[in-house]
Amino acid sequence: MCTTCGCGHGETTIEGKPVGEHEHVHRHADGTLHSHPHVHDAEHGHETEHAHGAEHPRDMEHAHDMEHAHGTAHTHSPGPHLHWRQRADGTWHSHVHGGGSPHPAGTGVFGAAHAPGIAPARMVQIEQDILAKNDAYAARNRQLFADRGIFALNLVSSPGSGKTTLLVRTIEALRGRVPLAVIEGDQQTSLDADRIRATGAPAVQVNTGKGCHLDAHMVGHALSTLNPADGSLVLIENVGNLVCPAAFDLGEAHKVVLLSVTEGEDKPLKYPDMFHAADLLLINKIDLAPHVQFDVDAAIGYARRMRPGLLALQISATTGEGFAAWLAWLEQGVAAAVAARDHSIDALRRRVVELEAALARRAAPASAA
Amino acid sequence: MALAEGVLEIVEETARRNGAARVTVVRLELGALSHVEREALSFCFDAVAKGGVAGGAVLEIDATPGAAWCMPCGERVPLERLGDPCPRCGGWQLAVVQGEEMRLKEIEIA
Repeated sequence: MCTTCGCGHGETTIEGKPVGEHEHVHRHADGTLHSHPHVHDAEHGHETEHAHGAEHPRDMEHAHDMEHAHGTAHTHSPGPHLHWRQRADGTWHSHVHGGGSPHPAGTGVFGAAHAPGIAPARMVQIEQDILAKNDAYAARNRQLFADRGIFALNLVSSPGSGKTTLLVRTIEALRGRVPLAVIEGDQQTSLDADRIRATGAPAVQVNTGKGCHLDAHMVGHALSTLNPADGSLVLIENVGNLVCPAAFDLGEAHKVVLLSVTEGEDKPLKYPDMFHAADLLLINKIDLAPHVQFDVDAAIGYARRMRPGLLALQISATTGEGFAAWLAWLEQGVAAAVAARDHSIDALRRRVVELEAALARRAAPASAA
Repeated sequence: MALAEGVLEIVEETARRNGAARVTVVRLELGALSHVEREALSFCFDAVAKGGVAGGAVLEIDATPGAAWCMPCGERVPLERLGDPCPRCGGWQLAVVQGEEMRLKEIEIA
């Protein structure tokens, strides 16, 4: 996660151009400066954030029932849980709350801080998921995939486990069978997108700059550049990193995690989040297995501790070993995405017919009269 | 860092809408199985909040314990970390049911 590795935002480019996002600073009526990123793009337009040109209204949508005054009692979520608070000297203090037990006003461990009358402070409830913004962009991408019958995959692994080589061989194998487009994520360079384009497949390079993962907003922009065809396979190669990409939904149908036999079978134990989030495990470079100490069964077993029932395929992107099963899985996925799209179109058409019939029935007596 | 910035964005927006001069406490709910390291988030939050309305705010974190449904046991069991076995049967046929939360709950403003 980015809080672990300390990576930051900014410097994101798509095909070398800034994402169309820039920091916007403006002054409110009360004199405070406010800054936020905003974009000039049809899809991720201004109106989705908030309108500009005028001062922001203050306290207009301020709901009084949402907050409770400082020092009043409040109740915690059900189930006993640990409550952490950092002291001024940077050390942490923890104590256990019982399930749903209320904090009486002005008492308890932080009695002084919670006591009424000490500061004219008040609590404002927010109750918002920290990843809500990313998830909203991911939902938009997922809708685009559904509307076009696209099967989208998010490929994740450590650097050097063979994602790009896998893509190149997959593109060659599916040529003429399935339309395919690629989004490449790397901190820097367009080397990977160049490799993909050399195969003839459309590819867009996203450079994350300081960032260590792709997020759904970047992918949304890349999609509007790429404009993938209906019924296609979209392969998103994430930044080589087994930590942060696990948390960021891009709108994909599945996360596919690659683990190469040169890495050691204990990777799933060391990076549980990624294997927990994945729906398919590809053990790559299987042709090298006889030459390295790698216990395939143990690796799959460890991964299934994180994700029971995880589908695992053994492949070699260099020799093509095991590719039949991988390609079959991809083609099934595309077929299912197209079928789901057609099904929803058929359902909508049937509904249109029904509604038109209902309208005609209503109109008929009127015109008869 | 991206997460800390996400938290700060919501905090500052809420503070502004409520006409707050200062944010004194930020209360988060972090599941034991979520992708976030408490220390790292706190460090990053302090760094990005510095100089703004939430600079110096105390981060309070409610750590929701992890729990899973064990299929062989047919029971809800506690789960401290991803990859741990079921404390009852020792198996790994577990579906996480609690502990992946990452929520901003409330802030205290002055």
